[in-house]
Amino acid sequence: MSTMTSPLERLPGERTLTGWGRTAPSTAVVRAAMSVDDIRASITSAGGRGILARGLGRSYGDAAQSGGATVLDLSAMDRIELDVAAGTATVGAGVSLDAVMRALIPHGWFVPVTPGTRMVTVGGAIAADVHGKNHHRDGTFGSHVQSMTLVDGRGEVRVLDQVSTPTEFWATVGGMGLTGVITEATFDLIPITSSRISVDTVRTRDLDHVMDLMLSGDDAYRYSVAWVDSVHPSGRGVLTRGDHAGAERLTGAAAQDPLAFDPKVLASAPPLIPNGLVNPLTMRAFNEAWFRKAPKQRDGELQHIAEFFHPLDIVQDWNRAYGPQGFLQYQFAVPDAAGQLVGEALAALRGVGALSALTVLKRFGAANPGPLSFPQPGWTLAVDVPAGVDGLGPVLDRLDEQVLAAGGRLYLAKDSRMSPAMMAASYPRLAEWQRQRDAMDPDGVFTSDLARRLSL
Amino acid sequence: MMDALGEPQGVLVLGGSSEIAIATVLALPRGRLRRVVLAGRPSPALDEAVATLNKAMIPGVEVMDFDASDTSQHADVVDRAFDGGDIDVALLAFGLLGDQAAAEADPDAAVEVATVNYTGAVSVGLRVAARLRQQGHGTLVVLSSVAGDRARRSNFVYGSTKAGLDAFAQGLGDALHGTGARVLIVRPGFVRTKMTTGLDEAPMTIDPQDVAKIIVTALRKGKETVYAPGPLRFVMAGLKSVPRPLFRKLPL
Repeated sequence: MSTMTSPLERLPGERTLTGWGRTAPSTAVVRAAMSVDDIRASITSAGGRGILARGLGRSYGDAAQSGGATVLDLSAMDRIELDVAAGTATVGAGVSLDAVMRALIPHGWFVPVTPGTRMVTVGGAIAADVHGKNHHRDGTFGSHVQSMTLVDGRGEVRVLDQVSTPTEFWATVGGMGLTGVITEATFDLIPITSSRISVDTVRTRDLDHVMDLMLSGDDAYRYSVAWVDSVHPSGRGVLTRGDHAGAERLTGAAAQDPLAFDPKVLASAPPLIPNGLVNPLTMRAFNEAWFRKAPKQRDGELQHIAEFFHPLDIVQDWNRAYGPQGFLQYQFAVPDAAGQLVGEALAALRGVGALSALTVLKRFGAANPGPLSFPQPGWTLAVDVPAGVDGLGPVLDRLDEQVLAAGGRLYLAKDSRMSPAMMAASYPRLAEWQRQRDAMDPDGVFTSDLARRLSL
Repeated sequence: MMDALGEPQGVLVLGGSSEIAIATVLALPRGRLRRVVLAGRPSPALDEAVATLNKAMIPGVEVMDFDASDTSQHADVVDRAFDGGDIDVALLAFGLLGDQAAAEADPDAAVEVATVNYTGAVSVGLRVAARLRQQGHGTLVVLSSVAGDRARRSNFVYGSTKAGLDAFAQGLGDALHGTGARVLIVRPGFVRTKMTTGLDEAPMTIDPQDVAKIIVTALRKGKETVYAPGPLRFVMAGLKSVPRPLFRKLPL
């Protein structure tokens, strides 16, 4: 037996990682960080390929992976502490919003912002500065963070907040994990008296219809989002808007326990999924069914929080339905003046047969001070597309140019294919962020495949 | 980094004047390319390769002196190529065809073919593999040959070097399994290049551009072994099972 260790040998803990879209894998050593000291030790002993924290891997592209690096799993940082007087929670970075909701909703508190899945960690929600259906009123998750603890590139533990360390705070909010490892955060909560949302639903005949309704009426609702039929050339869809329902709205058995919250995973995608399950035929059928299942108009329907915010969490691993080639999500934000891009983008994608099951249209409110925070006032459209579609690359590159020309940009938590030039041009404060990042991580310890791909 | 649509950013060509390699660089999606390193011996052919890529507006073309038979410089070349940025696709494309009769008459000529095609490939291939493995992603494309599938009377010196190279690449691919780095073995048949100029064309002869397309498709699909053209796989499977007394009488 040789006593030499081969440089080709697999290392303990090495895992191949992808984002939710299951494209462009890379391999890294995944290490569970049990404490802040563990994180500091990983940072001070980091190898040439660096360190990255990974949450639940729900970003679609390569934001939460870093080939050859040490990837930290913070699930052990699982503290959840409710401060009733302040109306805040202090939560470990590795805790999922699912766990936060299960712990806090029964006590009458809701998270300030939830994305379309509960399966994201608090650390990931800050790093990607996630938004939800209330962005037009309440902004991003990051803007509700009172303070957070972070281990920077020198291994120093720092407490950041919006008042005393605004530069570091906002470089970290939306900073894609590249300014340090967030270990915990304190954020505002929304007081609620029931776990239900009172929902108004309208089936919309075309894009003009839904966009008119949103422009004129969204301000009256805390939550608003539209689903758009990506197959139908009209851009018909379903607009759902609502707010937390008071306990007094509940009747019968539900009124006994108005804050009940125990969403179940009803199904898991089967382990072996045939190629081509997502095809024009199934997409057509899915879009038709989704449109038909919505009522033409219904006001004040009580929906469970999970049903309203996280319909896809019912099926575990639904991303595997796209088969081995994976998929990507194209999400852009453009100012109101460029609202026509919504229809143009859908038409361009239909043109190459890139039909989407989940096409989501939403209005964004004011941007926050984060240089890399994605939302800006106007429209945002998110479209899921199978990565194997022929001719997809050039179509998306052309859309990039239109988005850029309109003063818009793409969401880093979704991106898996834009060019470094598009990144730099559409995020004009990139250089400012890079200086702040360099100050927090002078040796470039924190990196990711996304950071390398886009030269962040 | 390779992106979600399989578009590479960094490419390394070992054997920078190889027509198949240059055709492959030109056939790769180029929307995200930012660096193409051509490692080869200074020669008019290498200059021509650079000119071809420049003319095609391929960005970031760099040239590095590299001699497959001088293994003492391989570590340095590979380090410089990878230190300049991640390599998504490395093409191991150098090789000598040699002349069978000359090799039989002058064993030193045979040794040169073996040194370049096999020893040089082992030396640089292991070093590239170690760096790909360190970065946790990337594919080493090894240009083998159908000549390695079964030794033929008419070119067994060349064929034996490709057989050795092919076996090496298979083992290397298995060693790298699960590390994020991969090996793609390409087994072309007769390809019209300067290496084969003046030779009689075999059936199923193709151009470097055809091989390039096959390589690009195989990269996108994550294949481990491809023949060029594809149907040669079945031809070679048949030939491999021909008994030797019969095989040596075949006009191959």
